[in-house]
Amino acid sequence: MSHPTRLSGLEPLTIGDDSLFVNVGERTNVTGSRAFAKLILAGDYAGAVEIARQQVQNGAQLIDVNMDEAMLDSKAAMMRFLQLIAGEPDIARVPVMIDSSKWEVIEAGLKCVQGKGVVNSISLKEGESEFLRQARLVRRYGAAAVVMAFDETGQADSLQRKVEICERAYRLLTEKTGFPPEDIIFDPNIFAIATGIEEHNNYAVDFIAATRWIRQHLLHAKVSGGVSNVSFSFRGNDPVREAIHTVFLYHAIRAGMTMGIVNAGQLGVYDELDPELRERAEDVVLNRRPDATERLVSFADTYKTKAKVSSEDLAWRQRSVDERLSHALVKGIATFIIEDTEEARQKYPRPIEVIEGPLMAGMNVVGDLFGAGKMFLPQVVKSARVMKQAVAHLVPYIEAEKARSGNAGRPRGTVVMATVKGDVHDIGKNIVGVVLQCNNFEVIDLGVMVPGQKILDTARDRNADVVGLSGLITPSLEEMGRVAAEMERRGMLQPLLIGGATTSRVHTAVKIAPNFSGVTVYVPDASRAVGVVTQLLSAGSKSAYVAQVAADYERIRAQHAQKKGPTLIPLEAARANAWRTDWEHYAPSRPQLIGRREFRNADLGELAQFIDWAPFFQTWELAGRFPEILDDPVVGETARAVYAEGQSMLKRVIDGRWLTANGVVALLPANSVGDDIEFYANEARTRVAMTWRNLRQQNQRPTGKSNYCLADFVAPKTSGLADYAGAFAVTAGLGIERKLAEFEASKDDYSAIMLKALADRLAEAFAEWMHRKVRRELWGYASDERLGNAELIREEYRGIRPAPGYPACPDHAVKAELFELLEASKIGMWLSENYAMLPAASVAGFYLAHPEATYFAVGKIGEDQIEDFIRRSGRGDNAARQSFAATVQPMAS
Amino acid sequence: MQLKRLRFKNPLGGKLNGFFVGKNMTDDKTALLTELLEQRILILDGAMGTMIQARKLDEADYRGEEACGLRDHACDVKGDNDLLTLTRPDVIRDIHHAFLEAGADIIETNTFNATRIAQADYGLQSRVREINFAAARLARECADTWSTKTPGKPRFVAGALGPTNRTATLSPDVNDPGFRNVTYDELVAAYGEAVDGLVEGGVDLLLVETVFDTLNARAALFAIDQYFEEHAMRLPVIVSGTITDASGRTLSGQTTEAFWNSVRHVRPLAVGLNCALGAAMMRPYIEELSRVADTFVSCYPNAGLPNPMSDTGYDEAPETTARLIGDFAKSGFVNIVGGCCGTTPEHIRAIARAVSTVAPRKLPAQPAAEALSA
Repeated sequence: MSHPTRLSGLEPLTIGDDSLFVNVGERTNVTGSRAFAKLILAGDYAGAVEIARQQVQNGAQLIDVNMDEAMLDSKAAMMRFLQLIAGEPDIARVPVMIDSSKWEVIEAGLKCVQGKGVVNSISLKEGESEFLRQARLVRRYGAAAVVMAFDETGQADSLQRKVEICERAYRLLTEKTGFPPEDIIFDPNIFAIATGIEEHNNYAVDFIAATRWIRQHLLHAKVSGGVSNVSFSFRGNDPVREAIHTVFLYHAIRAGMTMGIVNAGQLGVYDELDPELRERAEDVVLNRRPDATERLVSFADTYKTKAKVSSEDLAWRQRSVDERLSHALVKGIATFIIEDTEEARQKYPRPIEVIEGPLMAGMNVVGDLFGAGKMFLPQVVKSARVMKQAVAHLVPYIEAEKARSGNAGRPRGTVVMATVKGDVHDIGKNIVGVVLQCNNFEVIDLGVMVPGQKILDTARDRNADVVGLSGLITPSLEEMGRVAAEMERRGMLQPLLIGGATTSRVHTAVKIAPNFSGVTVYVPDASRAVGVVTQLLSAGSKSAYVAQVAADYERIRAQHAQKKGPTLIPLEAARANAWRTDWEHYAPSRPQLIGRREFRNADLGELAQFIDWAPFFQTWELAGRFPEILDDPVVGETARAVYAEGQSMLKRVIDGRWLTANGVVALLPANSVGDDIEFYANEARTRVAMTWRNLRQQNQRPTGKSNYCLADFVAPKTSGLADYAGAFAVTAGLGIERKLAEFEASKDDYSAIMLKALADRLAEAFAEWMHRKVRRELWGYASDERLGNAELIREEYRGIRPAPGYPACPDHAVKAELFELLEASKIGMWLSENYAMLPAASVAGFYLAHPEATYFAVGKIGEDQIEDFIRRSGRGDNAARQSFAATVQPMAS
Repeated sequence: MQLKRLRFKNPLGGKLNGFFVGKNMTDDKTALLTELLEQRILILDGAMGTMIQARKLDEADYRGEEACGLRDHACDVKGDNDLLTLTRPDVIRDIHHAFLEAGADIIETNTFNATRIAQADYGLQSRVREINFAAARLARECADTWSTKTPGKPRFVAGALGPTNRTATLSPDVNDPGFRNVTYDELVAAYGEAVDGLVEGGVDLLLVETVFDTLNARAALFAIDQYFEEHAMRLPVIVSGTITDASGRTLSGQTTEAFWNSVRHVRPLAVGLNCALGAAMMRPYIEELSRVADTFVSCYPNAGLPNPMSDTGYDEAPETTARLIGDFAKSGFVNIVGGCCGTTPEHIRAIARAVSTVAPRKLPAQPAAEALSA
């Protein structure tokens, strides 16, 4: 067992023998970062805090804070800064390295951190007694310490001196103060090499050797160092510095270097360095030949002037501005996009030509690669992010020019799109919007829950070329049909595009297209959107395309009309063939919890463990099973990238508490009465809290198979059994708007879509988690259940959780009563007029516990059942028909 | 192994302790406690505050006899439960005896708010040392009575150090996140004063409890360590944090393991969790602590979640609390158990019964290398 170094901010940082190299952020240091020093000296602490935040976001696992500047009250500055970052959870999650050459500044800092940080540094410089006094205090304050290889006679430069001082310090600390050895972090001094002075040539070798010796001989002690020093003589030549750092760390980490103060942006990958540069840097770092320094210096000069052709990473920066823009778009690199766009703007006579020229050329490459299946959606959305930033930079200039001349370049066409009234799902629509914009279509996205009037008014007012409707829940299909009819009424001529997960070509052809004499086209996914819109707007090919679509849809309608639906049997016959069990020998399990319980601020980290990742890839239009998709020969690379980025954002969602997850469950006495399930407000079962009206399969079932209805799984009231059922609603989308607004502001669709996809996954995971909790504790009929996530995803447990709007329970409208029963508004959930749940990342449904309860599809039902349902529910005729219209087609044979 | 740890912890203590055992100071019970903790799960007492609340005392009770010197005190003192040690010692003594009778091995002094910072609410800063000293004496006397009565079951007194009513990590001013209404140095001074009274009064160990801000706790631990050094002594210390929300964090935002990493430097006899969520919701965090802590683990939850309809504010039945804590014990999570807000002697009796036949949690194996390094 190792002796880990246990540090903490709001979260633990436990560094054991098997831990990877720990990055210490170096930029919150007034002596090392000019930008940070300027902010602090100007009293701009808010700006300084942002630097800390960036460092943590960029992967710093500790942040080094240094306020040693002659013009500053260093002690006050240290305290103020530490107290400010203490209030920022996304910074305070990492431990602090309190860095000062003045003990009083260190001590002031130690009084401000609740976690266990690191003091940087103490040493034998002032003699043993001062060293021990400080060490005892460090321990009392509860911190680890960087111990510099420095003694009364000076800083150790040779291996022998480093070893001698570190060993002495170690003995003093462990024997005289009881300082925990795992809290000692030696810094055996990284000095500049290749300075031209011969004695300096072996400094890196000595550091690495000292590191190896310390890790072998001074048990549990760790090793750190300030890496940038080593390449100091090459300042101004970043590629060479980066190569030296990379080579140096490669060897030092192998020798046992635990952590280092680094600029993460100045680190490369050892194997990916230009081999010649790597060899020369390695000669210098390892002091392998007497002329190593000269060879690297001469090479460094050519390297600087040779346009860096051999450096893969930066080579493209040397190309023409048009090529750079194209490269940035294809690779999705936003780093230089503004400066390159600006350069192009100055080069071209009109700003719009930058868009029409190099930017569109780049996006065309993206479009071609995407169309050819050589690029996948996540990369396209990243490209779009770069494009948007470039365009945003140009817009003011274009507007100014327009104001001058009243003339501007035209996009290829204008598309008005929206998620229809009553629906809030927009991930797919947003992706289509992004892809269209990439292809120089103007997209007017009206958002979610948009009434048909507004969509069509906007299309008219903005002179749109195409109207696009999207939706996920089944009532949206009806709404799309209504919008199509309204277009007909208004005599509109624009093509209508239909998209969304529940839409289909058949549905579009049969239910929507007939309402509208213009052209209606179903768009199955984002990759097809550009092709469809391009054809519809091309004078040459439009008529042929429209004719083809019309013919296709006519054929589909004909096939559909001919297709014999399943044979339906009368409702009475279906009821006679209900699923039955021997209730006399069934003992319902009484829930531990009877009543309602709220769960607020559920732990997202725990929920994350219940995520089913497969649908995540579907969102990104990557087809395949999880986890096999990660190794898929075609989409594997993209899948891995989007998965890694999803995981990385998920971690930030959890750590930064970007989302709030609330849930509510109710477990109540319940019995079935016919096809209804009654929930009771009291154990005597005299007060009905809610009646859940279910539908029964009505198709002719094979012999021996029942006509299922969910009510079959609950003991009938006439049985006299005290059975129970449950209800739940969970959301993981509370607070998402704040982050989405941030992404919107930075034109970052990719992150916005990613966050929504993750929120959806978390909501589903929450439903899974809650169901497990119900089975094991709240209801408790499976208190010994021990299933892993894969088994949970395969539903290998007892009981089901049917959700309204899904095949076993196609009635969306029951959500209104469900929400009322659960008082879901108390946890921040509500319903749109078409029963879409808000926030969008939500799941709601019912719990049934019978061991044989199973999911099934109600399928088509007959007119007799519709009428029966209307009579039972007291719901208006139209309302009821609408609820089922999409999934249930009451066309009895 | 355990002795190794102790030597590591206090290179001087072993030799010098004997010289400094003053008239009220007790000997270092670390070895005895360690031995007992390896044999069985020890029982801590239940709630003091809610037990006092049930007595429905009035302002006159809180002011006490003439001799207490509070008849003319300027502000109301009703609700200052720590003051009752001076003004109604009979009430506090009854509660201690009731918990000892119910089977508590360790009772806590009635000093949750007995720091200069918390007593400022009542204008009683000047009485702080006296309250701590008297509370320690009173608990000592009760515990000793029971140690004599049941010699096979020695009883111990834990000097309780509460969180104070201020927080060193969070700003009370939303417009100035850098602002603090208490400093580390003020906390160290206040805790130092309380520790002095408690140790002089004869406690066996110190319990830094209900930690909602780890920086406050670290100041308390600093004061304790400083006091020990100045007096060339050492008593066992227990640190008990409080997870205040269902996402598993303290009020100041730390996760359970981060909390442990932040207090481990004092090498506490035990680390644990108490208060806020009640046993049912505490389980994952006790489990985590039990996994990461290389020392004994304690746990004394509230009697369920607060229920404003109940007299004491809590209404979890003794059997329920006991079943939940019994499950922790069976899962091998705990070494010391008891109750916090809302728990009565009946809760403690039920808890003691529930864990009586369960083996205590085993400490994670000490690495063989430790002997070499110490």
